Amino acid sequence: MTDPLSRTGATVGEPVATTSAPPTAFLEVRDLRVHFPTDDGLVKSVDGLSFQLEKGKTLGIVGESGSGKSVTSLGILGLHTTGQYGRQKARISGEIWLDGEELLSADPDRVRKLRGREMAMIFQDPLSALHPYFTIGKQIVEAYRVHHDVDKKTARKRAIEMLDRVGIPQPDKRVDSYPHEFSGGMRQRAMIAMALVNNPELLIADEPTTALDVTVQAQILDLIRDLQKEFGSAVIIITHDLGVVAELADDILVMYGGRCVERGSAEKVFYEPRHPYTWGLLGSMPRIDKEQTDRLIPVEGAPPSLINIPSGCAFNPRCPYADVPKGGITRTERPELREVAGGHFSACHMSPEDRQRIWTEQIAPKL
Amino acid sequence: MLAYLIRRLFAVAVMLVVIMLVVFGIFFLIPQWTGVDPATMYVGKQSDAAALEGIRQKLQLGDPIYVQLAEFFKGIFVGRTYSGGGDVTHCPAPCFGYSFRNEQAIWPVLADRLPVTLALALGAAVLWLIGGVAAGVLSALKRGSVWDRTAMIVALSGVSLPIYFTGLLSLAVFSFGLGWLDGQFVPLEESFTGWLGGMLLPWLTLAFLYAAMYARITRATMLEIMGEDYIRTARAKGLREPVVIGKHAMRSAMTPVLTLLGIDLGALVGGAILTETTFSLPGLGQAVLKAISERDLPVILGVTLITATAVVVANLVVDILYGVIDPRVRLG
Repeated sequence: MTDPLSRTGATVGEPVATTSAPPTAFLEVRDLRVHFPTDDGLVKSVDGLSFQLEKGKTLGIVGESGSGKSVTSLGILGLHTTGQYGRQKARISGEIWLDGEELLSADPDRVRKLRGREMAMIFQDPLSALHPYFTIGKQIVEAYRVHHDVDKKTARKRAIEMLDRVGIPQPDKRVDSYPHEFSGGMRQRAMIAMALVNNPELLIADEPTTALDVTVQAQILDLIRDLQKEFGSAVIIITHDLGVVAELADDILVMYGGRCVERGSAEKVFYEPRHPYTWGLLGSMPRIDKEQTDRLIPVEGAPPSLINIPSGCAFNPRCPYADVPKGGITRTERPELREVAGGHFSACHMSPEDRQRIWTEQIAPKL
Repeated sequence: MLAYLIRRLFAVAVMLVVIMLVVFGIFFLIPQWTGVDPATMYVGKQSDAAALEGIRQKLQLGDPIYVQLAEFFKGIFVGRTYSGGGDVTHCPAPCFGYSFRNEQAIWPVLADRLPVTLALALGAAVLWLIGGVAAGVLSALKRGSVWDRTAMIVALSGVSLPIYFTGLLSLAVFSFGLGWLDGQFVPLEESFTGWLGGMLLPWLTLAFLYAAMYARITRATMLEIMGEDYIRTARAKGLREPVVIGKHAMRSAMTPVLTLLGIDLGALVGGAILTETTFSLPGLGQAVLKAISERDLPVILGVTLITATAVVVANLVVDILYGVIDPRVRLG
């Protein structure tokens, strides 16, 4: 039987991990590409993504639906083939270095052993992400015992301990409950307990609060932050909600059409954003700390088709400033990610001066 | 779980009473309303006026409906006594009827045949469950492969070929052609190996028909389940693929298969007519066929009640298994 998680696609594109320099960061993703062959064409979900993340730090990946955020995280775990395009094998290329180990060229069984132990994931909808037929306790025990050679009793104790740690009341009783007997917030806490049961070094949270009540969202975010401090792990938080990353992230990576359009410290991206798409995201975010003078400004148009990504800058059909650079370059040439300030990168054809001017004169006053 | 069990048992009891009422209605009430004398159905083809009148008295057809109904229920639960036409006959519980023509209570006749039919249905069910589910799971996991296509074509032929074709074909090949099995039914009390040899072809033929359906259902269910979020979670935990499939996916895939199994098993108990006829098995199906051709009403009534009860009981078992598999069902 062929392993559906095998990474035969790793050979597509550049040869992997032979010539490149060893990584300097705890997690280093280099030129990651995840493409899905479909009947309609090649879906380029992630198309050349690079970033670094240190232990104890949080990276927020922001973007609309279909921008490639989730596929990126699944790719890191080696689970990209199990997504919605699962019919044909995904092609993945690039490099993913975790703690000095390259994952794309590694043996699939080695990656499986890292999954859940070194890198764990929290999913968007805890109701569908937990198996409805098994108790919470059994599911946590299972996650623990895959990676630890302990008896069921010890694992159960550990499960209760974790449930207690994530703030579930009466954990010794609730451990025998089924997911449907939990509230949404409690389910997500249980999911977090399951993800953290093996003390993973890397935690990926894929829209962890999207399916939850607003009142519960803040609690879950607080919990993730507290646990990160306690365990010192690296965290990637994937969201379309800038409020969430503002709360948690040290660094922010904005994705559009499978690529990174802006990357930098949270402060820079929030207060000096240098990409029109980031401006759009900020403009469409409701604020309560300021008086509402204007209506929210939505980003016009729809996210690009990942099969026919617009030529030139992928954002050009929706960009109000597409004609600012001369000669129609935005429609013919893809902008490279360039450093605009120390550690702050953005991919835009407009000159830094133009962007600075537009931001301070037109965008910032409206926010 | 206990409360769930009690609720289900109560529902089954109610269901069985309703079934008996309906059967009584069909076999006694409607004929009387439409002006047909049920007694003619009991006396057989050659009847004289005196015999008919005797049966009318025995069945108490002159009495009000509620008395007839009470006697009908009394017969099933404690047995009843038929008197009239000069003689008295006793029919012990469960009295599903009495063949006045053969001077025989129906239940013992059917009770003799029931084990054959049960053995046929259960044996075939084991085979088709194993074969159908395994083929379905493999097809789903290797979707689009040569194996998947072959299995689904075989499944399609299994569904479309009638049992009197596959059954006769298997008899022609294995029994008359190769001479491996003699295709004769041997009672279990006489010889176990002989019984096994006689049942093998009926089992395989019947299982082939049903396995095809189960393979398709399993395949469709598995394809859906493998895309579920909780399967992704199971993989994200670092579980091995066989555990992900065998434990997490299979557990969910069993629900629709069980539903189907309950209905099929129940229906087969009363309806394996073609299989039993093809292979000359002395089961209920054969008795029904004979009864229909001879217009032997009490036998038909008896088999109807047995079949209906079998369907209800099989579904009860399925419901209980649901509760075991899916904790959400227990809330009901």
